[in-house]
Amino acid sequence: MAKLRQAAIYGKGGIGKSTTTQNLVAALAESGKKVMIVGCDPKADSTRLILHAKAQNSVMELAAEAGSVEDLELEDVLSIGYGGIKCVESGGPEPGVGCAGRGVITAINFLEEEGAYTDDLDFVFYDVLGDVVCGGFAMPIRENKAQEIYIVCSGEMMAMYAANNIGKGIVKYANSGGVRLAGLICNSRNTDREDELIMELARRMGTTMIHFIPRDNVVQHAEIRRMTVIEYDPTAKQADEYRALANKIVNNTNFVIPTPVTMDELEELLMAFGIMEVEDESIIGKTAAELADDAAAAAAAA
Amino acid sequence: MAALTREETEKLIQEVLEVYPEKAKKDRAKHLMVNDKELESSKKCITSNRKSLPGVMTMRGCAYAGSKGVVWGPIKDIISISHGPIGCGQYARAGRRNYYVGTTGVDSFCEINFTSDFQEKDIVFGGDKKLAKLIGELEILFPLSKGISIQSECPVGLIGDDIEAVAKKAAKEINKPVVPVRCEGFRGVSQSLGHHIANDSVRDWIISNRDGVAFEKTPYDVAILGDYNIGGDAWASRILLEEMGLRVVAQWSGDGTLAEMENTPNVKLNLLHCYRSMNYISRHMEEKYGIPWMEYNFFGPTKIKESLRKIASFFDDSIKEGAERVIAKYTPMMDAVIAKFRPRLEGKKVMLYVGGLRPRHVVGAYEDLGMEVVGTGYEFAHNDDYDRTIKEMGDATLIYDDVTGFEFEEFVKACKPDLIGSGIKEKYVFHKMGVPFRQLHSWDYSGPYHGADGFAIFAKDMDLTLNNPCWKLMPTPWKKPAEEAEKKAA
Repeated sequence: MAKLRQAAIYGKGGIGKSTTTQNLVAALAESGKKVMIVGCDPKADSTRLILHAKAQNSVMELAAEAGSVEDLELEDVLSIGYGGIKCVESGGPEPGVGCAGRGVITAINFLEEEGAYTDDLDFVFYDVLGDVVCGGFAMPIRENKAQEIYIVCSGEMMAMYAANNIGKGIVKYANSGGVRLAGLICNSRNTDREDELIMELARRMGTTMIHFIPRDNVVQHAEIRRMTVIEYDPTAKQADEYRALANKIVNNTNFVIPTPVTMDELEELLMAFGIMEVEDESIIGKTAAELADDAAAAAAAA
Repeated sequence: MAALTREETEKLIQEVLEVYPEKAKKDRAKHLMVNDKELESSKKCITSNRKSLPGVMTMRGCAYAGSKGVVWGPIKDIISISHGPIGCGQYARAGRRNYYVGTTGVDSFCEINFTSDFQEKDIVFGGDKKLAKLIGELEILFPLSKGISIQSECPVGLIGDDIEAVAKKAAKEINKPVVPVRCEGFRGVSQSLGHHIANDSVRDWIISNRDGVAFEKTPYDVAILGDYNIGGDAWASRILLEEMGLRVVAQWSGDGTLAEMENTPNVKLNLLHCYRSMNYISRHMEEKYGIPWMEYNFFGPTKIKESLRKIASFFDDSIKEGAERVIAKYTPMMDAVIAKFRPRLEGKKVMLYVGGLRPRHVVGAYEDLGMEVVGTGYEFAHNDDYDRTIKEMGDATLIYDDVTGFEFEEFVKACKPDLIGSGIKEKYVFHKMGVPFRQLHSWDYSGPYHGADGFAIFAKDMDLTLNNPCWKLMPTPWKKPAEEAEKKAA
């Protein structure tokens, strides 16, 4: 039996981490792999496409009902969905109260203690909340957990900025543990020269763009039915894209300590690709009125 | 005459600092000084209220200890909830010996540990709902409580529980004050910030509750501030004040009540015993209500007499006469105490390391008994405390701020005191060194030590400790050669 591989998916909020992860996992399951998804987001929406459910009962939610996490059994929190995929959601509080990070820590500790990481598994995927806001959300990449990290991004400035920031976080943990950056997944937003841009960013960060997922409405059609594309329309062209991604991940051996770029480098890259205007330093700190005066003066001079 | 000369004391400090790494040495040097009575301000000689060094043994507590343990805890008819995991409340429960009159569990609550007992799920989902429920249950179980205070433990600050919102809502529901206190233990460098936070919460939620409500005043109304009635201290103080003709409207906070605190803005004068823990609210009442405040000291006859006359100076002749009458009445009693114990204690040397006021306030009481305090220091003082200490201590005595375990032991070895007054954490270290020791936080299960009655007990306790025959069975290391020499001579 092959060794269990654990991977964490990070990326800017709203970039499509959960959708990409579930389609990817469905493709892996379709090819006969045994996979578990651990949702590490208080919204608990990391498994709905696999389970055809609105939201799975989460570890923390059930623990709160039962009294404590010690009162739970593994089968209470583990659901089996499409292709035999095991699904767990850590869960957590509604926005603005409590500590979601602690929820992730508690849930993952529970899974370990209860023996959720069985020998027959080929992959565990952690689908983690957008930003690594505190220690709790770094739990999936600590010692003995996810060793490979995929960052979902697009050609938009903020998505790339977030990807680079996550790279910085990985460096910290890479130096103390075995965690490595395994590649960028570009989830296309149809911006100009998006693939080239992400390939360049990946190159500078010391990794590769492992796959470029084009934009396709079938993803939304499937999602409305709470299904992955793999399940909803296995013949769709988009399903092949996810299969290709799955295949690349299975065969991936390019695990690196990332070399995140500086803010200046990132801006320069964005400017080179026309995403960002070349900065006009003469306007910084000037009010609208002052700029109007400047313009008038310039016009008068001309 | 100090234990050591100025040069010797300076040398001792240098020797003790020698073991530290460079950075620690530099830091600790600022916290140790040789007293110079001529100094106006302590600023140039000692640094205080700074973060303790990692790796040293400090005796300090935390902000929660300062708020729950010191200021809020002793108010007898208020239920103070330790909001967070169970340990803070349980290990801080009833440990300070704040005496009170009342029926515990019916109209008084100091000795009970009330806690929201955080579990994992309360951290993840927030503890606010549990807190609201807890307050509702307390109201059913203990309807005679006059109010609630919410004492925040560390996790409350980390997860951002909105205890203010819960407090406001609950206060309306139970129609009693519910006071949120943001005294999370990780705030500040010691319990001192907890005192300040607790004072501020009293200012914001309690002190003006009865503004505009009729109160039958007299020209002789005073409040006792900063007396926590440890072993009955405030009661022994109250006797003197009442006998001189004053009316004690409130005790803060030992054996105190919510009503007393709310009525305090009506007094003529605030009498402040522990300056460190209640100067903040004293200053506030001075600013807002124009109430003057003065520090006094009820340890030992000299300071008692001085303080009674100083208090009387704020009032008319009837009180001034009252003060003289009280002094005349108690002087023979206190003189008798001195006559009995001074011969047994004369010339003995004491070293102190305590908290808010005692490192300087008890110096006079020891001197009344013919003893000398050769070293003193505070766990959590600020420089205004040291300004006051310089004047109380003898020249060339040793003063140490936030002393480390190592320093204290070395200082004791060098100064060779006959008695040490400090806390429970220090007690057994020095017992093992064969040095007589009194707890000066809890009075070692004795007390009161304040006032005329307290002085008699203080003197007796010091004698019992110092002249206890057990010390002959366990020779103090530095006394061994001398005693052996004596034996040989005999």
